[in-house]
Amino acid sequence: MIDFTMPSLGADMEAATLMAWKIAPGDTVHRGDVVAEVETDKGLIEIEVFHHGVVEELVAHIGQKLPVGAVLARLRETAPATTTPAPPAALPTTTPPAPVAAAPAPAPPADSPATSAASSTVPPAPAATHTRVSPLARKVAATLGIDLATVTGSGPGGAIERADVERAAAHAAAASASPQAADPASPATATTPAAAPDLSADHPDAATAMRRAIAAAVSKSNREIPHYHLATRIDMTRARAWLEAENARRPITDRLLPAAVLLAAVARALKDHPDLNAAWIGDSLVRRDAVHINFAIATRHGGLISPAVLDVQSKSVDAIMTALNDLIPRAKAGRLRSSELSEGTITVTSLGDLGVETVFGVIYPPQVALIGFGRLSEEPWAENGGLFVRPVIHATLAGDHRATDGRTGARFLESLNRLLQHPESL
Amino acid sequence: MTEADLKAAIIECLAPIAPEADPARLDPEANIRESLDIDSYDFLQFLIALSRRLGIEVPEADYARLASMKGLLAYLGARLQFPEKN
Repeated sequence: MIDFTMPSLGADMEAATLMAWKIAPGDTVHRGDVVAEVETDKGLIEIEVFHHGVVEELVAHIGQKLPVGAVLARLRETAPATTTPAPPAALPTTTPPAPVAAAPAPAPPADSPATSAASSTVPPAPAATHTRVSPLARKVAATLGIDLATVTGSGPGGAIERADVERAAAHAAAASASPQAADPASPATATTPAAAPDLSADHPDAATAMRRAIAAAVSKSNREIPHYHLATRIDMTRARAWLEAENARRPITDRLLPAAVLLAAVARALKDHPDLNAAWIGDSLVRRDAVHINFAIATRHGGLISPAVLDVQSKSVDAIMTALNDLIPRAKAGRLRSSELSEGTITVTSLGDLGVETVFGVIYPPQVALIGFGRLSEEPWAENGGLFVRPVIHATLAGDHRATDGRTGARFLESLNRLLQHPESL
Repeated sequence: MTEADLKAAIIECLAPIAPEADPARLDPEANIRESLDIDSYDFLQFLIALSRRLGIEVPEADYARLASMKGLLAYLGARLQFPEKN
């Protein structure tokens, strides 16, 4: 049996209210199916399931406000037809990384958050050295930053399986969503998801709630991530000319926005600098294969939301534009899917529309980099002893100095520049 | 189409993009993207709506002429009146 739990939709989320079920007991679900809708500070989000299985029981009730990690439903897992292991990137990887607080506060054992305060006193470390761990579970644990010593196995002979690790991760996320969790001196409250502050005590309007959510994420970033910042100017003569020529021969409905070209260039450049497309979890860098780019979009409520454009590494400029045409209106209307809020591997903020020249970004944890683009404007440009007026964009990189050095960031920006000189090859 | 009709059509196309604003009370000289907080994506949606409503596709090179309500009325009015010249 699998507990299907409230996913973390980003480091800034603590709880969400269940608004609708899309499934009923007895239904068969597949990985990626939308199974529920929840209301968060970021609007209405469609929650996807990460397992194949049959719905046994709906645990949560419509209207109930639930912390991250709370059980929503129980599924009976059925073997996926091909038994392909889920790629690590498909897991809810941006759950607030437990390891920050995990060393002293072991994640509660599976299934019983309510009793875990007592059971967490069981010394977990010796068990782990003798416990069998499936290779997939080991891989998932590494990806999620879960110490296997804190995981209780439910397989044959207590073997740790993938579902056990995911359960532990969900509980750890729930624990670290509570401010008390960070305090190793109070393990009792840390392991009780119910101890999370009750945000429903007051009823801030949506904008206030969103502001608070952003405040939590950027505070965590500023507290934990030693940023370095790099900036470069990129000559956009060729990219702009290519875009204008493309758009001139397209019907208006198929026109490309500069953002599609910039996102394509970022994804291509990351191929050569994979350390920037990664997460800092525990004490190590975990690279991501897929490039899911969180792209900052202004909502009509005055906030900024950054859902992910998924799999940009394998999308053409046209496909990226198609994805943006799907994503942007849903973001503005507050109708995003859970994967779009939880899967991002890097963030791009483009504030050029607001006339800003240079963006000095704040990294979204546990990501390790943020790319900023300012406005495209004409500037004096010296080259080969001559002075010209060129369309120029200021590109910046905010990097997590624990994960990479300025040298990596500098090389990335140079790759980005080179790629934008050949827009037709993107 | 009179100028009043054209203005009504423009406002109709702006409404879904800036629902909480009142485009009818815009300063005719003001930059609509700034005063209605329209980003480049929304601006493109506005132009797509205009093309459906008026049958006019605005080339990218002419975007700068559409900055204000006054500019929109002048540009679109001319295109409607003399379609072959544009």
